[in-house]
Amino acid sequence: MKFDVIITIGLKEGMLDPEARAIQHALANLGFPTESLRTARLYRITLDAEDAAAAEREAGQMCERLLANPVIHHYTIEVE
Amino acid sequence: MRFAVVQFGGSNCDRDTYHVLSDVCGVDTDLVWYKDGLKRPYDAVVLPGGFSYGDYLRAGAIAARTAIMAELIRHAKNGGLVLGICNGAQIGSEAGLIPGTFTLNAYPKFISRHVHLRVENTTSPFTALYREGEVIRVPIAHKEGRYVAPDDVIARLNHEGRVAFRFCDEYGNTTPESNPNGSAENIAGVLSEAGNVLAMMPHPERASEPLLGSEDGVKIFNSMIAYIEEHGSQGITQ
Repeated sequence: MKFDVIITIGLKEGMLDPEARAIQHALANLGFPTESLRTARLYRITLDAEDAAAAEREAGQMCERLLANPVIHHYTIEVE
Repeated sequence: MRFAVVQFGGSNCDRDTYHVLSDVCGVDTDLVWYKDGLKRPYDAVVLPGGFSYGDYLRAGAIAARTAIMAELIRHAKNGGLVLGICNGAQIGSEAGLIPGTFTLNAYPKFISRHVHLRVENTTSPFTALYREGEVIRVPIAHKEGRYVAPDDVIARLNHEGRVAFRFCDEYGNTTPESNPNGSAENIAGVLSEAGNVLAMMPHPERASEPLLGSEDGVKIFNSMIAYIEEHGSQGITQ
């Protein structure tokens, strides 16, 4: 069966996010003061798997082996 | 004795490093295209700087997962020397050859300039020719060079003398102002547990001849050569 898997990878709590800080400054300059801003990267992947649980396991392996760096990242996986 | 310099698509310090090794240090060196693999025995392998795979995903992340890196990890496990410079350091950390990672600079901009480094370890195969606390001047050129690792890992690196270099001012003080990228505890170079892998963001190959304004970096390559002369061939045996 085909599944759409959405993987979101962000920095762990407490990690410095220089890009987010720069974006927050730029937003403030445009008149959008924000209390906090965090960035994340989203992957939308279509894959074949036996069931949703297998698709989620496969996506987890992708994160562990390539997509995320465990030193700085956490990730979430949604299967559609 | 033979060195290899691995070329990935996007490496751009490969020939500089090859030049320093073969012409300045006089050591037999091969440029090895990553798809060709390590076909001969090497005493030391250098991962040069550049932008492998366009820094896609994370700097070094994709190159770290190529087949040649599995050979390189085996080489390192056998005691062979591995030096990762800049993008090579990022590849080495992504491959798990050293703990921690090099990520986006605290001020998220590409920095290209000379910095001062304090030599923290003078017993490793890469730093034995330096004096303890010696301040050297070498360039950096990176946007993802901020060293990050969990606190317990940093404590262990300190305890085990595995911080090879720290960013400092010209007098050797490791101040926040002399930390160009926001690295944890001004760390600029990290040694593996066995000490035979060094991952460093600064470019010693760009400071290895008088013409370049500094020769401070050449001692890293000469330390490696002296170490191999003393300890014999290690690493890959085929």
